[in-house]
Amino acid sequence: MKSLFKFSRQAALLAATVSALGVGSAFAQSQPWAEIGRDATSAEVKAWDIDVRPDFKGLPKGAGSVQLGETVWLAKCSSCHGDFGESNEVFTPIIGGTTAKDIETGRVAALVEGAPSTAPQKTTIMKVATVSTLWDYINRAMPWNNPKTLSADEVFGVLAYLLNLANVVPADYVLSDQNIAEVQQRMPNRNGMVFYEPMWKVNGKGDVKNVACMKDCAVDPKVHSFLPDFARDAHGNIQQQNRVIGPVRGADTTRPPPKSLTGAVSSAAAAPVAAPAAAGGANVNNLLAANACTACHGVKNKIVGPSFAEIAAKHKGKADAQAYLAAKIKSGGSGVYGPVPMPAQPQISDADAKTIAAWIVGGLK
Amino acid sequence: MSKDLSDVIGRVLPAPENFLSADQLEQARKARRSFMGKALAMGAGAVAAAGASTRAMAAPSDGEDAILKLPEHSTGLGQPVAMDPGYGQPSKWETNLRRRQSPGLTRVDQASVSFTPLQGLFGIITPSGLHFERHHQGWWDIDPSKHRLMINGMVKRQRVFTMDDLMRLPSVSRIHFIECGANSATEWGNVAVPTVQYTHGMLSCSEFTGVLLSTLLEMCGYDKKNAKFVLAEGADGSSMTRTIAIEQAMDDVIVAWAMNGEMLRPENGYPLRLVVPGVQGVSWVKYLRRIEVGDQKWATKDEAVHYIDHMPDGTHRQYTGIQECKSVITTPSAGQTLLDKGYYNVTGLAWSGRGTIKRVDVSVDGGRNWRTARLEGPILPKALTRFNIDWVWDGKPAILQARAIDSTGYVQPKINQLRAVRGTRSVYHQNAIQSWLVSENGEVSNVQVY
Repeated sequence: MKSLFKFSRQAALLAATVSALGVGSAFAQSQPWAEIGRDATSAEVKAWDIDVRPDFKGLPKGAGSVQLGETVWLAKCSSCHGDFGESNEVFTPIIGGTTAKDIETGRVAALVEGAPSTAPQKTTIMKVATVSTLWDYINRAMPWNNPKTLSADEVFGVLAYLLNLANVVPADYVLSDQNIAEVQQRMPNRNGMVFYEPMWKVNGKGDVKNVACMKDCAVDPKVHSFLPDFARDAHGNIQQQNRVIGPVRGADTTRPPPKSLTGAVSSAAAAPVAAPAAAGGANVNNLLAANACTACHGVKNKIVGPSFAEIAAKHKGKADAQAYLAAKIKSGGSGVYGPVPMPAQPQISDADAKTIAAWIVGGLK
Repeated sequence: MSKDLSDVIGRVLPAPENFLSADQLEQARKARRSFMGKALAMGAGAVAAAGASTRAMAAPSDGEDAILKLPEHSTGLGQPVAMDPGYGQPSKWETNLRRRQSPGLTRVDQASVSFTPLQGLFGIITPSGLHFERHHQGWWDIDPSKHRLMINGMVKRQRVFTMDDLMRLPSVSRIHFIECGANSATEWGNVAVPTVQYTHGMLSCSEFTGVLLSTLLEMCGYDKKNAKFVLAEGADGSSMTRTIAIEQAMDDVIVAWAMNGEMLRPENGYPLRLVVPGVQGVSWVKYLRRIEVGDQKWATKDEAVHYIDHMPDGTHRQYTGIQECKSVITTPSAGQTLLDKGYYNVTGLAWSGRGTIKRVDVSVDGGRNWRTARLEGPILPKALTRFNIDWVWDGKPAILQARAIDSTGYVQPKINQLRAVRGTRSVYHQNAIQSWLVSENGEVSNVQVY
């Protein structure tokens, strides 16, 4: 009853406000749900309305130097993106592949089909036309495991650092809300985007045409592409990805293709793959995946950070290894295995950090 | 090809009870033809299934054990109602059909994709637990009592809605497909993955329930004269943002809380997501927290770096969200094996982001000759449509293709036609005809033929 009373009081107040403003009173009458919800406070809108448009509407005041950006970058960004934004280890590279000429023309020449390649693969800076996009995205979604925690000045700084790596701004540049529009005029691919309306509008017409030929249609008899034999098992055993009954079975890709038809009898009741046993190992695997540990650490292979096997070997036989590792998992650090820092992982509970540490000390079993 | 169905129907014999390896099958097949056939086959089965009673492929003269020997489930007591946890699970025999990642596609599991096992699904509705996943910064199970939707920007009243508020509003329930803009992306240049799960599995279709976005925009008094776009924004770490045309926002976009009769699954945006019919999945913002009404496009990261179409002249097409008409045969499909010659029901899915499916044609000779398939109902706009067609396999190599035509008359293109316009370095919006090669050994594989 209490909440009902509160609602109707609120609704009445709102209705009064609304009609005072001359808004939608007729609408409210014909739509009995019109007053459901409440007005947003200005503080609420400010807290959530963080988007920045290409015309810089929404960009907060602030400034950050390349130098500030470098400091933030090395502490919070380089472990995934590489010191120079060039890394392809965890995410696709951000910087690389653009030239001084591109900055002049506003078109990245390497994107043209047949042009000599300037980077192992397309980078962010080769594609993005609008500098606002980078500011908005760094601000809303970075750092990856702790988004929306950079100050506006830090976002300006990180962006300045990246733009300096791409030779868009000099090393002593201080990027700010005041000069960002000038920087836009130096974006290497600023003239590279086309708005193609037929693929935006539901009632647009497609750009690729086929005709519905039904008989004796022209076809190139050649099979142009097929999976090489060595890739047969690259996605696991396909037999275990298909139903065990019905008109077909999954191919047993752990073996070479059969020489002839399998016949009506096949792996009919092939036991489905059992779910992984809920042993310690599976539990740790879940923890490693949930906390993105495996983005930087392979079990046996070095990625950005050392492999778990390398860590286990380093601490073998040390009495305090488990406690030390549990603390390091949470605090991060740098210098032990190389210059790339491991960011702090505040989201991991003490218990989970201990479980992972115990697994490492226990020889990854 | 056989002319008479009665020749071949019935050659698909009942399934045996135990798994036989390929070697054992080979042995058993030879044995079947021999004097000692039955005994040898039994021996082979016993090896495979450690003592369980078994039998070879041919039914014995007196009948099958599956019929003659009553199983435990016919002679014993079954399970009670409302078994813990009070939510039914698929049969243990169905565990092969799982969402799976494509090895090597991504390095981090929180910014990755899992694919729907289309090869084993029926009809048009994707079971919610098999709905494909695409997360940009990991998924969450958000407390619905603390979730809010804000509508701001060019509106007379900037408003906040709780889930209680939203679920009181007039709602609609509609069936729509959702397809990732990058579905089939691996196949732009050449064949890259082994099954339809990986070529086409970023595709699902569900019944969504929610309030029309138009209802909310009307309630907030959006600026009818100047509003041209809305921005949708998520509440998760990535806070996914996408620009949507106001015409579409006022047409059939749904602010949805339910999928297939229950609340959204956490992986699919619980408690609130946007449904943008016909448009690529990235616009169906999950954990939806905000809609802003504006007069310019936003060029967000996934509108300016990804989900853009790289054209041969080096430009990128931006805001190309419509998922054009497409179809694929799901059974028989790559990675599957036809066990014998004879009759098969060739079945698949067709869809179009521009309307309904008008027709699906199927070829078994690599596109030389085509027959029109049967469309199963319901045939709904911007939803998957199931098709079926009879086929008698003569045991010779065959290339299976499906080609869909939508209500606008658009004919699904061949991959070379697509490449001729868009080049080979594009990633998104690959809607070409898919070819499956059936080899003489019964194995089906992914090929490109045009």
